[in-house]
Amino acid sequence: MKPTVLNAPSNLRAISRSLRTLLFGVMASVPLLVNAGTTTAEVNTTGLAVTDSVVKVGQLHSATGTMAISETGSIQAERLAIDQINEMGGILGRKIEIIQEDGASDWPTFAEKARKLLVNDKVAAVFGCWTSASRKAVLPVFEKENGMLYYPTFYEGLEQSKNVIYTGQEATQQIIAGLDWLAKTKGAKKFYLVGSDYIWPRTSNKIARKHIENVLKGEVVGEDYFPLGHTQFGSLINKIKLKKPDAVYSIIVGGSNVAWWKQLKAAGVTSDKQTILTISVTEDEILGIGGENMVGFYAAMKYFQSLDNDNNKKFVAAFKAKYGDKAVIGDVTQAAYLGPWLWKAAVEKAGSFDIDKIAAASPGIELKTAPEGYVKVHENHHLWSKLRIGEALADGQYKVIYESDLIEPNPVPKGYQ
Amino acid sequence: MNIITPSTASAAGAPAWRAWIPLAALALFILAVLPLCLDLFRLNLVGKYLTYAFVAIGLVLCWGYGGILSLGQGVFFGLGGYAMAMFLKLEASDPESTKIQSTPGIPDFMDWNQITALPALWEPFHSLAFTLLAIVLVPGLMAFVIGVAMFKRRVGGVYFAIMTQAFAAMLSILIIGQQGYTGGVNGITDLKTLNGWDIRTDHAKYVLYFLNAGLLLASVALGQVLLKTKFGKLLLALRDKEERVRFSGYDVAAFKVFIFTLAAVLSAVGGAMFTLQVGFMSPSFVGIVPSIEMVIFTAVGGRLSLVGAVYGSLAVNFGKSYFSESFPQLWLFLMGGLFIAVVMLFPNGLAGLADSVRGAWQKWQARKAGQMTARGAPRTPAPPEDEPAAPTALRVKGGAA
Repeated sequence: MKPTVLNAPSNLRAISRSLRTLLFGVMASVPLLVNAGTTTAEVNTTGLAVTDSVVKVGQLHSATGTMAISETGSIQAERLAIDQINEMGGILGRKIEIIQEDGASDWPTFAEKARKLLVNDKVAAVFGCWTSASRKAVLPVFEKENGMLYYPTFYEGLEQSKNVIYTGQEATQQIIAGLDWLAKTKGAKKFYLVGSDYIWPRTSNKIARKHIENVLKGEVVGEDYFPLGHTQFGSLINKIKLKKPDAVYSIIVGGSNVAWWKQLKAAGVTSDKQTILTISVTEDEILGIGGENMVGFYAAMKYFQSLDNDNNKKFVAAFKAKYGDKAVIGDVTQAAYLGPWLWKAAVEKAGSFDIDKIAAASPGIELKTAPEGYVKVHENHHLWSKLRIGEALADGQYKVIYESDLIEPNPVPKGYQ
Repeated sequence: MNIITPSTASAAGAPAWRAWIPLAALALFILAVLPLCLDLFRLNLVGKYLTYAFVAIGLVLCWGYGGILSLGQGVFFGLGGYAMAMFLKLEASDPESTKIQSTPGIPDFMDWNQITALPALWEPFHSLAFTLLAIVLVPGLMAFVIGVAMFKRRVGGVYFAIMTQAFAAMLSILIIGQQGYTGGVNGITDLKTLNGWDIRTDHAKYVLYFLNAGLLLASVALGQVLLKTKFGKLLLALRDKEERVRFSGYDVAAFKVFIFTLAAVLSAVGGAMFTLQVGFMSPSFVGIVPSIEMVIFTAVGGRLSLVGAVYGSLAVNFGKSYFSESFPQLWLFLMGGLFIAVVMLFPNGLAGLADSVRGAWQKWQARKAGQMTARGAPRTPAPPEDEPAAPTALRVKGGAA
């Protein structure tokens, strides 16, 4: 879903990974002195890949293909979290070992690899998936084989599963507070909705329209969709100029973003003339778009790299120390970082690696060390989270200008369908 | 290799049953060896690979023998797969299990796309009988229409290949664009039962594997019989000298339409079996890239060998799974390297490799025998199995497609 930018540090990553694997091997061979005093038979009653010293987890993202650019951040964040947990002594005295599989940006491959991780490797948890399509492909596998998936991306909602913890926002968490902010601070009444043509933008705009019409008593003056990868936004920009909406609500994803924001600038639609709020451009995408093309436009996310709190400062420093100074961290990358930590908390609360016990123990878990501040797992396996509005700066970062209260996740919203 | 043998072997006076040995070996391999050696997870993967083999043997018939290179077989694989998926999805979307939707009783993705009633196109897919017919007839009819439109006008070769690419692109754009009716990029997921029979259980996986393997072997046998008939010889003839066949009074277009339609129907059966075994269908099997991949399976197996095409599909997909599991960051390069190596070293695929190995063996035997004789050792050389000249010539000419 993100723009195609060449990914220079992949070699370095590979090298650092092999070093890390080596390190893991050495660590695993040293008998652990710290043991939580639990026998493996007690904490693992269902035959997962847990031994006295090691617990295996799966990582299932696209390392190749069109989605690799987007998913790399998630892969890195999850590895960072797992390394940090291992440095702290692991989980229930066991080191975490990662089995990485490549979904290759291909949804059937995701399903195949998910089955491999659960059936063959019997991993205790899987951190993975990015697009809705890949999640939809693996969901039946996780439910059938009773696995646990930590899914990082903000998505359209309309789903909740015992076998998934959704660490990103479902649609209402990202949309409603953002529209309220537009109505309140910008006095927006007339909205123009645009999006890429697939399930997430369509569902999100459906919720946005209901909220605009029924709650804000505003008006939707236009709603347009474009195929993924579309690059000609001239006619849309003309329609926007003609309709003069108070705000444009943009859910254009992936490489299309580069064309969309550049063409807006070329057509003279700048932030002082037109308010645009997007929910699909993180710091990662700005790398491709170029900060100068986004200046002054707004994004609604739960996390921005510039968030000013101690947790985040530590997180950003650790991420940059591991992956280089130029690394940027977007909303999904942070959500992916939460996955291993939430899993650790659930395992420790349940005192067991058993999937059923983790699923039952997860609701109510709090993470006070989250870079985004504070999160809590809801009964429906989504996270309570805040919504922030960021104003894009020329250097590709966002300045946080608004922060909501904690928002309850509501993946199947009544009155919005 | 094996396919050519019937004519040449019988010409040489060898018994006709010999031609069936490779097929029997293949049957032994996929019906006994693989199920005994692999756990259910791997066996299920093999089952998935074997569904691609339907497309590959279709391509052997229409490309290897008919000289019609289709770069759009994914279209037919997809049509068969989608027809099956539509039936399964309707069964999985009963009002009880979809009661959280705004409109219960329709597939979940329709509900997400604000569709409030089942589209008319979907209605007939409540019936299993209709679905089974549709799996065969819809792709068959489509291939027939495309075939008539193209071959009657004598569109062939590269132009035909380009047209098939266009169809593949069109269908995948259509499916992705009409997400309310097709599930869009996500495809049709979360399929559960076939007429009340849970396709996700271990037992069902075994049953489906053997059903799939049986259908595949039957298809290979059908192809083998077909190629032995006069039709098979005409097919070869029109591939190598189309004009000459036409001037001999044959309706060339009709032959081409037939073989193209047959290949399409085989692909569709593979698609339907894919949906049953994997539990979902997605547009990523319909477009240009998967269609070309399927041609690669055929090329790796050897495009003149029905049995080789099955091994080709198995080998390439096994390589894909193995390399991507072992080297998640590097596997695409390894696959690429493998393809280059196969094309450079064995232009006739695995079947060609088997031939050259046998040829080299015979040569070595002959030489050894010659040396022995020279030294006065009374040893009889192994009789050559079939004369290599004729089939080699045919194969080399096949490269013109």
